[in-house]
Amino acid sequence: MKPSPAAAGPARLRDGPLGEPAALAALEAAWRDPPGFMGMLRAIDHKTIARRFIVATLVFFLLGGLLALLMRLQLARPGSALIGPELYNQLFTMHGTTMMFLFAVPVMQAVAMYLVPLMIGARAIAFPRMNAFSYWIFVMGGAFLYLGFAMGAGPNVGWFAYVPLSSADYAPGKGADIWAQMITFTELASMLVAVVLITTIFKMRAPGMHLNQMPLFVWATLVTQFMVLFAMPAVMVASSCLILDRLVGTHFFDPAHGGDVLLWQHLFWFFGHPEVYLIFIPPLGFISSIISTFSRRPIFGYPAMVLSLVATAFLAFGLWVHHMFATNLPEIGKSFFTAASLAIAIPSAIQIFCWIATVWNGRLVLRTPLRFVLAFFVILVLGGLTGIMLGAVPLDLQVHDTYFVVAHLHYVLLGGGVFPLFGAFYYWFPKMTGRMLSERAGQLHFWLFFVGFNVTFFPMHVLGLHGMQRRIWTYPAGLGWDGMNLMATLGAALIAVSVLVFIANVGFSLRRGAMAGADPWGAGTLEWSVPSPPPAHNFDRIPVVHGSDPLWAAAREPVCVSGLAADAREVLVTSALHARPESRPLFPDPTAWPFVSALATTVLFVGSVFSPWAVVWASLPLAIALIGWFWPGRRDRARSMALEQRP
Amino acid sequence: MNPRAAVPAPRTMVWGALTGFAACARSASGALAPAGIQAERIHALWQLTLWVCIVVFAAVLVALGIALAKARRARSTGGEAPAPSDLARPHARRAVTLATLVSGALLVALVVADVLTDRSLSRLPVDDALHIEMTGYQWWWQARYADDGGESFGVSNDLHVPIGRPVVVTLKSVDVIHSFWVPELHGKKDLLPGRTTTIQFRADRAGTWRGECAEFCGLQHALMAFSITAEAPQAFADWREHQRTSAAPPVEPAAAAGLRLFLGGHCAQCHTVRGTPAAGTLGPDLTHLASRATLAAGTVANEPAALAAWIVQPQSLKAGATMPPSRLAPDDVRALVSYLETLK
Repeated sequence: MKPSPAAAGPARLRDGPLGEPAALAALEAAWRDPPGFMGMLRAIDHKTIARRFIVATLVFFLLGGLLALLMRLQLARPGSALIGPELYNQLFTMHGTTMMFLFAVPVMQAVAMYLVPLMIGARAIAFPRMNAFSYWIFVMGGAFLYLGFAMGAGPNVGWFAYVPLSSADYAPGKGADIWAQMITFTELASMLVAVVLITTIFKMRAPGMHLNQMPLFVWATLVTQFMVLFAMPAVMVASSCLILDRLVGTHFFDPAHGGDVLLWQHLFWFFGHPEVYLIFIPPLGFISSIISTFSRRPIFGYPAMVLSLVATAFLAFGLWVHHMFATNLPEIGKSFFTAASLAIAIPSAIQIFCWIATVWNGRLVLRTPLRFVLAFFVILVLGGLTGIMLGAVPLDLQVHDTYFVVAHLHYVLLGGGVFPLFGAFYYWFPKMTGRMLSERAGQLHFWLFFVGFNVTFFPMHVLGLHGMQRRIWTYPAGLGWDGMNLMATLGAALIAVSVLVFIANVGFSLRRGAMAGADPWGAGTLEWSVPSPPPAHNFDRIPVVHGSDPLWAAAREPVCVSGLAADAREVLVTSALHARPESRPLFPDPTAWPFVSALATTVLFVGSVFSPWAVVWASLPLAIALIGWFWPGRRDRARSMALEQRP
Repeated sequence: MNPRAAVPAPRTMVWGALTGFAACARSASGALAPAGIQAERIHALWQLTLWVCIVVFAAVLVALGIALAKARRARSTGGEAPAPSDLARPHARRAVTLATLVSGALLVALVVADVLTDRSLSRLPVDDALHIEMTGYQWWWQARYADDGGESFGVSNDLHVPIGRPVVVTLKSVDVIHSFWVPELHGKKDLLPGRTTTIQFRADRAGTWRGECAEFCGLQHALMAFSITAEAPQAFADWREHQRTSAAPPVEPAAAAGLRLFLGGHCAQCHTVRGTPAAGTLGPDLTHLASRATLAAGTVANEPAALAAWIVQPQSLKAGATMPPSRLAPDDVRALVSYLETLK
């Protein structure tokens, strides 16, 4: 149980309710990442890693956006020969792959990696070294893909890489191999982050924060990470089978040797459809945070919101076949998937109704984060409604694989993902940097993006209904598609301008932005109780939580727990349901081993593209790196023994 | 594929985009202009779903708009202080519950409509159907009309069907996955290597439509179209009889020289012309090449100049096509084209 300050030995500095300067300085020193270049490689603080992770995903977002601009330039006119078919096919493959695997899913995890410990009152994230490892793996996997693309070995088989088009017979060269191994990289990173976040949420909440008092963003993160654990293995199996087919001549997907081309589609979409929800559920948490803060009210219907998140997660695994209605599936099976596809609208609808009810009862402060969230109501609802159309077998047969789907998926993923993400960025940027983003530039960014988005993607609905299929590098004149394609390209240019405004806003605000203070929005959750940016140890005092939105409630005793070592990385572990204090383990120090292990893993994965034997030889350095990582240091053990014996 | 050399001024571009959008939204084509019973049924379901969705969308936005206006008023009168706990709002709970129930009811209604439409699509009576076997290649289509009061025959990239008679198309692929789609007649059906699929439809009015491959199938997925013409039963019978006949031997000397080139060069290794020794099967059947509207699966209009360009430099028209470039002298190309133009 909680040690009282009186029981502390005289030799050891401990945190406490008074916040003695010596203890705070010791805490800061104990939790800080080491300085210098080597220190950069050794960093394990969740805020440092998450900041890098977010920046890396945003760089991939910009790259993916540039690729999309090139595609829109090519499609602006019929019969254009600006970009040939080979490059175009690489562009849309890289665009889809980048946005799905290197931006949308990881950015949501990265934001959660930053915010979750702050929202639940923890000094650190669970398994901080593994967390750092996952970041390095992610960056190296993304760099590998782009290096291949730059050297002319870009994948050209689509982000879905349907067999047999992606088999060695029809996709010679290394492009598809690099693509398949990049999947393995990013999915490995993603699964490790999922383990880290689930453990953090279950075991590291501040005392008193029952599961049903967690902020909805933490719930959304928890649900999403469980989905990651179940969805990602399917695509890792699929990509591994693909690379085995390509490199060592197995026949998982080769119908001439008893393989099956539809097996790939089942495995891929069993991951691919839940993936949409990996992108969409965390923003539901952003939205709940932002709406609650700017309406000055807790979210209406908290239990319904949580149950909706959980229901969405379950249903998301029952829809994958609606990507395959045009194959030869039995009718009864299709009806089941139609029903499931429509049923998933209900939990989303409940959440939308609860948010409207929150605003209805609230007192509205309209700021940039809220604008982006309000755009969600227009764009995501439209995308959801076209999703209902795609869930119906007969309608899907017409619009499947056309620009209608391109429109739909961008309405869902930008409306449900990117708009709330930008809102979240404006909302939490002050917390991360200590400075506010400019409100006026934010409004300009918002309106350019909102208008540009609709000008780009709305015409695509009509194009699809008029017969324009997807993934075509050109189209003939005279089919009535010219005007709308030109319009879409102009809209894309507007989006590009809006993103430039955003970048300029970030660049300017980092230097000159108004100082934010701890709680610039008057929000109610724990991350706003610490300074902006937060100190290395997050919380000077571990708070005790008595309800949801603790900053909005009157203070109640006890306010905090005390007695954790201030000069060592000691954390408080609590029980999963009621967050009762359980133990005080010592967390590991910064180390370069995660980086070295990630490097060794990269050598293994990259080598395996060129020779299956690389898996054998490269496992040696990897084993050495892992042994180094887990080697029990005498000093660490002595220190934790000391803490154990004299609490 | 002519690149536009001059970039139009921005104002022209915006104006062009807007008028083009308006024109396209007004004119009906594709899935919005059904020409057969199957597409008609899907279109009816589309209309129902579209109206339900428009009403729901409007209702959500109106509710949100009212909530925003109300909350802004509340703030200007009541200040910005946060309320720590969710006040009991029974009417809000009732409204949310009601909205959820209405959504559920609408979704159930839509599921019923979807399943009923799907059932009727799969129950098109096909007793007296015309049977066609369609094979997808990277990147063209080969169709074989089944024995139907006469021997079977093949055509490439160009289908004809009679009005009012159901058609069953059996779909096969020899390489990668393709998808058969004529939006005016029905939805899509994939062509899967190692599996056979079928699609049933019926054309109910005359017309010629563009069919296309809808599943990404590699480099020239964009240039894998075909045409399908629905015509009166008698006209269809005439077309069928004509397609069954072999090619007549050329009369003109230039065309006769062209035939010799065709047989002596590389053409006959891949292409068939019935009535001659040419019996290759790697490329399309050319017995009635001149009767088709386009070349290279919808890439260019079938005109002598385009045909000559296609023979000499197929890769510049459709990079990646299996057809190799030829090194024929210009005179020989002319002779070959004049022979091919006789294949009506």
